[in-house]
Amino acid sequence: MEATDDRGREYMLVVGAGKVGWNLTRELIEKGNEVTLIESDRERYLTVEQELEHRVLYGDASELWVLERAGIQRAGMVIAVTGDDEDNLLICQVAKDKYNVERVIARVNNPRNRQHFELLGVKPYVSATDLILRLIEREVPRYGLVHLLDLADAKIEIIDLLIGEGAPVIGRRVDELDMPKGSLLISVLREGTGFVPTAETVLEAGDEVLAVLDPRVEEELTVYLGLRSDVSADDAPGLRD
Amino acid sequence: MLADGHAVSCLDEDADSHARLELGLDSSWEDEGGQFTVGTGLEIDALLTAGIETADVFVASTDGDNTNIVIAQIAQRRFRVETVITRILDPYRAEWYEQRGLHTICPTRIAIGQLETELRAVASGTAGPEGSHGSD
Repeated sequence: MEATDDRGREYMLVVGAGKVGWNLTRELIEKGNEVTLIESDRERYLTVEQELEHRVLYGDASELWVLERAGIQRAGMVIAVTGDDEDNLLICQVAKDKYNVERVIARVNNPRNRQHFELLGVKPYVSATDLILRLIEREVPRYGLVHLLDLADAKIEIIDLLIGEGAPVIGRRVDELDMPKGSLLISVLREGTGFVPTAETVLEAGDEVLAVLDPRVEEELTVYLGLRSDVSADDAPGLRD
Repeated sequence: MLADGHAVSCLDEDADSHARLELGLDSSWEDEGGQFTVGTGLEIDALLTAGIETADVFVASTDGDNTNIVIAQIAQRRFRVETVITRILDPYRAEWYEQRGLHTICPTRIAIGQLETELRAVASGTAGPEGSHGSD
């Protein structure tokens, strides 16, 4: 199956012409991709069709013949962003498992449904709720710990931690730290500037540190760096692969 | 199924559906041994309350194909229910999921089959009242 044409452009299907789908399609076309947008609501389709013309197709993409008419056999990517999680999940499952589409991206509307996407192997998925939650955590450090990157399969993650007032590590040099095995301090953010710490760097209250670690020592590390152990940001994966 | 002596647990998002279960029963659904839970099939808590962990058979028969296919696969893959039966109206998808181990009931296929049988019988003049064809 040809996923790209001779100029290396990819054929993409976007399902759902809501605000997300319509704008996404427009951006993808501007970047030079060949895209077909599928919309099942007749009125919405007619609105979007005025701009996108033949690049939008009317039909219910959970029906296989609609996907086939849209040319799913030659698509390199399917992006399902309807407002319905079951639809997004099944469209991506069918794209991957029946039509061997190389890459799928699904939108999760209700974060509680993330587990179902995991179960059926539909990854990556994007949840706006999670993304906004993560931004809030980034902006409001009261949560203390932010997951910046989770590579669950590789058992590695990068977290951002605030060294709070009274933490036992304040005033200690990096080479005096007794970091849990499997964790490494990779960066310090202080007064708006980030730098890579050396052995002589002394940690101060208010420092934000980035650490790369095995998720299994996360609890140990956060306790060690003086974060209250009763808060955690485990439930905010956002975009996960 | 209840009348056959099986233990049956019903999960429905509409609490009023309970009344429908009791049509034609002499006593309440619960007195007859049935169980009823209000919730949707995508809520794991609701499935657990309804007793999915001890179920031998799981039937997904909401009025939405996509909902049925998702919850049937949750029952199949997450809870390892031995027999999972799913109602799928779309014949094309019913066929594909059947290949993937779901028992599917496709009312569309059944209706088409029955209609064909009727029409063939009418066409060959072996059934149907005189002059009934094409009257409505």
